[in-house]
Amino acid sequence: MKSFAPTAIVIAVLAAVPLVVQSNATLNFLVVTLMIALAGQGWNILGGYGGQYSFGHAAFFGTGAYVTAILQMRYGVNAWPGFAIGIAAGAALGAVIGALTFRSGLRGSYFALVTLAFAEVLRIVASVAPITGAGVGTLMKLELGARTFQFQSRAAFYWAILALVAVSLVIAELIERSRFGTWLVAVRENEDAASALGVDARKVKTAAMTISGAITAAAGCFYAQYFLFIDSGIAYGTWISVEALLTAIIGGVGTVFGPLAGAIVVKSLGEATRLLIGDAPGLDLIIYGAVLVLVIWIMPRGLIGGFVDVRKFFGRKSVRQVRHG
Amino acid sequence: MADALLAVDRVSCWFGGLKAVDGASLTAPSGRITALIGPNGAGKTTLFSIISGFVRAREGAIRYAEQNITGKPPHELARLGIARTFQIVQPFAGLSVRENILVGAHLHHRARDSALAVADRVGRDLGLIDLLDRPADTLTVAARKRLELARALATEPKLLLLDEVLAGLNPSEIRDIVPVIRDLCRRGITILMIEHVMQAVMSLAEHVFVLAEGRVIAEGAPAQIARDPKVVEAYLGHGAAAKWGASHA
Amino acid sequence: MFSAAILIPAVLNGLLMGAIYALVALGLTLIYGVLHIINFAHGALLSAALFAAFFAFKLLGLDPYVALFLMAPVFFVLGYALQRFVIGPASHGDDRNMLLVTLGIAVIIENALLYNFRGDTRTIDVPYAFQTFNLGVTYLAVPRVVGFVAVFVVALALWLLMTFTDVGRAIRAVAKEKLGAQLVGIDVGHVYAMTFGLGTACVAIAACLLIPTYYVNPGVGNAFVLVAFTIVVLGGMGSVPGAVIGAFVIGVVESLSGLFLGESLGQIGIFLIFIVVLLLRPTGLFGARA
Repeated sequence: MKSFAPTAIVIAVLAAVPLVVQSNATLNFLVVTLMIALAGQGWNILGGYGGQYSFGHAAFFGTGAYVTAILQMRYGVNAWPGFAIGIAAGAALGAVIGALTFRSGLRGSYFALVTLAFAEVLRIVASVAPITGAGVGTLMKLELGARTFQFQSRAAFYWAILALVAVSLVIAELIERSRFGTWLVAVRENEDAASALGVDARKVKTAAMTISGAITAAAGCFYAQYFLFIDSGIAYGTWISVEALLTAIIGGVGTVFGPLAGAIVVKSLGEATRLLIGDAPGLDLIIYGAVLVLVIWIMPRGLIGGFVDVRKFFGRKSVRQVRHG
Repeated sequence: MADALLAVDRVSCWFGGLKAVDGASLTAPSGRITALIGPNGAGKTTLFSIISGFVRAREGAIRYAEQNITGKPPHELARLGIARTFQIVQPFAGLSVRENILVGAHLHHRARDSALAVADRVGRDLGLIDLLDRPADTLTVAARKRLELARALATEPKLLLLDEVLAGLNPSEIRDIVPVIRDLCRRGITILMIEHVMQAVMSLAEHVFVLAEGRVIAEGAPAQIARDPKVVEAYLGHGAAAKWGASHA
Repeated sequence: MFSAAILIPAVLNGLLMGAIYALVALGLTLIYGVLHIINFAHGALLSAALFAAFFAFKLLGLDPYVALFLMAPVFFVLGYALQRFVIGPASHGDDRNMLLVTLGIAVIIENALLYNFRGDTRTIDVPYAFQTFNLGVTYLAVPRVVGFVAVFVVALALWLLMTFTDVGRAIRAVAKEKLGAQLVGIDVGHVYAMTFGLGTACVAIAACLLIPTYYVNPGVGNAFVLVAFTIVVLGGMGSVPGAVIGAFVIGVVESLSGLFLGESLGQIGIFLIFIVVLLLRPTGLFGARA
């Protein structure tokens, strides 16, 4: 049985970080990085392993964030079940959008467009609907304590998001070793050939989208708890759709650690830019856009895929990622 | 004569304004090799696509093992035991040879270990044992054909649709793969093959259907078909049969 | 519910706006018809063109209708260069990569505009901005009517180009059958770039026609182009008549739903049409049957 050792090691190392790093600013940076990595891992399940490129993953992020925020602020639901329900909402949304779009046989450009459209519709609805606070947004009441998932220490938030990331890594590992994963990758490579071999492509893709939605929604729920404020532009804005896919592409689509590596690179770049040039709106996204183009150009398999096939070291026979070139 | 595992009954379909398949009927007896031949553009691959669920027939019905399968999607047919290979080989490019076969093996084996065992066995049976770890897109044409076969076989089919599996192979490669196909039949798999390589059709098939312009124009034993003037005309053109007969009189 | 006095101007204004949409959608459908990808950078290019028109006015004193003749060729070259030297090489011929690359370019352009010019909204003042034609039943803004006419001129020019010039024939050949076009010696990379250039030029012209009565900020292009996507999908990807007819339909729908539902919800209406069309009939009204 292939070992989960690499994942365990990575998580253990990351878990030790707050014991060494005390600066709040650095911990904050790491928390945000891990949150983006989580969102990216969600995208990776559908886009990396499944080959269906969504340009509207904000739909899941925002839904997770709003569901948990609204449940807590307007219905007095406790933060923890609220979090769980937010994740479930993301999964349900993934199942619905998946069922609709894959039933119509949408692929490629059309799929990217329709996911973009769904995200935009949600954004507009959120910007006018009273329940989301419309233009003003939703402010979460500050109530420090573990009970409300508003931890006193930044380290606690760090470990919380790390736990979520760990779960997402394990999910990716399990998918890679399962029949579902083999089928998913087959659909990505050649949907017709896969059908001829008995794969129900529509079901497989919809299942992937459901899992994908759940994971990205978890990142959204976390955002709400950490920053305590969301509005339609934050929750459903293009920034998160772009960052989610960017981390997976840069790190390596269809790999377990791709989004994590990609998030570290993307966020470090953003931070370096801020330190060197200064804080200005749009600057980090310019860099991200340039990096996206450059990575596709020069290293389409991303960091993990491009340099060393890490898995060879551990002797695992797992499904390989797609070649873009 | 064995029972027909597959019975195609007056199937038709249109592409745009063109009737690609026109009331075609054929049967594939269980445990035998049946060939479908005909000139280019006759509609053979289209008929295969209809049988394997990729194209919908507008008229007619298809029966498989006493069941009406008309209109069922490809993945369902695979589960019922119908496998097909594609004329233009389509390996899963990003995966290794073993992983390719694994996809097929997973149809009836949920657990990865047992599916991998099946994949290895099928790979060995088809002479791919040395190539199992190689990326599928680095294979030669002949190896890809074998991989295509292996993948289909891993789904443990009862009916195998081979679409020009010999196309693009040189004579020695053909000589190597023909016994493999015959062996499949001996194992009880029913085979329906589209083929242009006549020597293979002659030596493998027990019954032949000839398709031209979407219609079945002749059927019978291979030797019989070769002498049929309608068939000669379909391939060589109008009046060719008379010329052929005249020069061989 | 609403009187003719309110409905008729709404419909007419919808048609006038539809003309501008048509121009943007035309560029998009042209690119899709030939390159078979959706150019996600289209909106950003529109924003860039709006800014260019703005500065042409502020710094060079050029009236937008004059700047048009300068901007069209400049943006054509920009589009050509983008496709030939960035998008083409970066995508390695893979459709999915092309999507990502155009997305990346969109992000770069939009945020470059944001970074340089902030999010403030700017407008220009031209003397004829508020002049109107009196049609008896209603007043129509002069710039919008000019825009309407200009679009037909551009559409005609494009048609002439496609039908009678070598370039046009080459473009049509590549759109229909890339491999065959290559075999007869057509430089597909060049044709792709020309098409992209034409699409971008359309966007530049649209910007010049738009700016007298519209506002400029980095987000405008995006808002426009999502409507353009809807139009292209509705009319059929790659269909020029579809884009034009679809544009007028959407223009009127938007105008009327804005009247009945208010600005924001009207926008949702467009998107819902978009999603419904994509789900039920992705080939659109005039597109090739799948």
